[in-house]
Amino acid sequence: MSSETKQILTTDGIPLEVSLKKAEKKNKIKAFLLVAPLLFFLIITYVFPIGDMLFRSVDDKMVTQMLPKTFKAMENWDGQELPEEEVFAAFHEDFIKLVEDKREGKLSTQLNYTKNGFKSIIKKLRRASKKFEEGNYKEQIMSVHKRWADVEYWRAIQRRAPEFTAQKYLKGMDMYVNEEGKIVSVEEDRRIHRVLWLRTLEIAFFVTVFCFLMAYPIAHLLATLPMKYSNLLMICVLLPFWTSLLVRTASWMILLQQQGIVNDFFVGIGLVADDNRPEMMYNKTGSYVAMTQILLPFMVLPLYSVMKTISPSLMRAGKSLGGTPFVAFWKVYFPLTIPGIGAGCLLVFILAIGYYITPALVGGASGTLISNQIAFHMKSTLDWSFASAMGLMLLSGVLVIYWLYNKIVGIDNIKLG
Amino acid sequence: MASKKDFVKFDKVDKSYDGKVLVVKDLQLDIAEGEFITMLGPSGSGKTTCLMMLAGFETPTNGEIYLDGKAISSIPPHKRGIGMVFQNYALFPHMTVYENLAFPLRVRKIPKDEADKKIDKALSMVSLQGFAARMPGQLSGGQQQRVAVARSLVFDPQLVLMDEPLGALDKNLRESMQYEIKHIHESIGVTVVYVTHDQSEALTMSNRIAVFNDGKVQQLSSPDELYEKPVNSFVAEFIGENNTFGGEVSDISGGKCKVKLANAEILANPISVKGKGERTTVSLRPERALINPSTKMDNLHKGKIEEVIYHGDHTRVRINLLGNPEFILKVPNSSSNLDIKLGNEINIGWNSDDARALDPK
Repeated sequence: MSSETKQILTTDGIPLEVSLKKAEKKNKIKAFLLVAPLLFFLIITYVFPIGDMLFRSVDDKMVTQMLPKTFKAMENWDGQELPEEEVFAAFHEDFIKLVEDKREGKLSTQLNYTKNGFKSIIKKLRRASKKFEEGNYKEQIMSVHKRWADVEYWRAIQRRAPEFTAQKYLKGMDMYVNEEGKIVSVEEDRRIHRVLWLRTLEIAFFVTVFCFLMAYPIAHLLATLPMKYSNLLMICVLLPFWTSLLVRTASWMILLQQQGIVNDFFVGIGLVADDNRPEMMYNKTGSYVAMTQILLPFMVLPLYSVMKTISPSLMRAGKSLGGTPFVAFWKVYFPLTIPGIGAGCLLVFILAIGYYITPALVGGASGTLISNQIAFHMKSTLDWSFASAMGLMLLSGVLVIYWLYNKIVGIDNIKLG
Repeated sequence: MASKKDFVKFDKVDKSYDGKVLVVKDLQLDIAEGEFITMLGPSGSGKTTCLMMLAGFETPTNGEIYLDGKAISSIPPHKRGIGMVFQNYALFPHMTVYENLAFPLRVRKIPKDEADKKIDKALSMVSLQGFAARMPGQLSGGQQQRVAVARSLVFDPQLVLMDEPLGALDKNLRESMQYEIKHIHESIGVTVVYVTHDQSEALTMSNRIAVFNDGKVQQLSSPDELYEKPVNSFVAEFIGENNTFGGEVSDISGGKCKVKLANAEILANPISVKGKGERTTVSLRPERALINPSTKMDNLHKGKIEEVIYHGDHTRVRINLLGNPEFILKVPNSSSNLDIKLGNEINIGWNSDDARALDPK
């Protein structure tokens, strides 16, 4: 017998596989058409902007395009001594062209990012270049200012040669490439981003913990109470969902401010003195309280959906087999809720890590997160490439957490509803 | 060890959930040590509530339950040491079979080598050796059920409660499991309280059956007595098949009574009727009535065959007899050459001893 398996034919003599494909084709097309609008929507609103962000965060073509001949000539330069005449001539040629287009100002700004002191010498060079004679540009340029004769400045220009750069990412971690081309941290008193990253992780972590501690009993109650009470409780849990996020945050401002309701209450019961009201807003406390309240439903719902499926007879079995109520809970009930805990924690943590509006309103200076910094660069400094870089760092941080979670708990162990 | 007659004792137990309706009324029940007792009844009859009170998941509203002479109402479930098999098995889905069985032993701090021996023994009892490493989800319904039984027995409880444990199994499996549980009970002599609404299950397995209805035990007796000698019409109706005639006692003497029906009179065995003029329901098991009886029988009446249903081993014949169009007869499909045809008029006879005059419905 041959090793080939005999082809199965339909009653009409068509091979079965062909016939099956034909029959399935229509369904496949239908299915694709059904998802197509969403697919295009996602590509336009999600894949494309993120791709653009990624590109923007590493894009450094501007200087490359302004000094094409210079960088070509610099390819053979080892960066030890001052470059040869050839490089100076090319630089002169590029520079004249920039002056004609009135773009030399942009060049000076860009080069000044890399090394301070370019602004004035470019201005001087522009004025002097009008009187330049042909030939021996090295001598002529070096005579404009002594910095043009300094090899450090030519190295700074050379560092801008590549079309892509990681410097925005380094800046996001308070690091930069120094003159020797080494990656170093900025001085300690100028490190602002690391503090923000750590604070973002810290706040997200503790908000997740608080949410978990508060949501677990609520979810358990929801899953075990008789229907008429659990429905009411469910409405209470979901009520915040139906209220605008801004309204909720604003009401926390009313509650938490120094002359606010919570403080009034504390004074009223004699917990704190009237002239010593604690600040509960415009600091971390504000962020913790408001974010925990706002994110609580995202923890309750996955927990509830998992607890709902746990048969009450399991706890009873645990007890009837001799386990104390605590043992029955810890050995039987709790392990079964882990998929819900995982889903809830992941959801809350990821939402908290990128939270923006609430910390911006009640967080003050010590309660703001990295997302507030991103918004600041988007809106105020207009350094979009830096904002993009930080946005992507945040995104990759979330992906790393997701990956870690998958390694430790397993993503198929998750249950959202 | 002398077996105690009242190993478990329900003493005047009442139970109400809402303060308005009693789901268990004045329950008085003694269960002997080593006995297999079944609580049988329709849903809502209070049988599961009784079991839950015994297990400790419900507290009696009134009265007391004694286990081996000790009042147990104030003892929490985990200290009662009662094994329990639940309706949906209640195996811990995140633990292997071994871990499920080890759970009651671990909480009792039994050393590992001793625990392993007990687990091996329990698994071999339900013929599931080699399944210890499986997860419950990888087992069939019948296997899960056996694990649940093994788990309830592994810590050597004196009493095991089973709450409709076979309800979720298909018919064949249910029957073989019935025998298996019965054999386990016989071999280890544990006291079993079994709850079911399936009468055939109750009849095959039990030493005694307590028939529940409306929060009360209607009858507590051995399976054969329950079937042959029901004490009221609920039990007669609930257990097995039953033909009934409703009528009035017209005469009662010498262990027999005459019951007047709409257009005839039959002889019956007075069980719960005392005197003339009382309303009664006469109950007669289908297999006690014969077609054209060869021996002399003190009831002999003519009826018309309305329906004939072939059942394999027997044929069910529905007859319109004495104004009851639902009179059922079971005719064995042996060599009999009776003339059973639709519309035929036939003679049907039975002994008055088998026709029990019970309370009216």
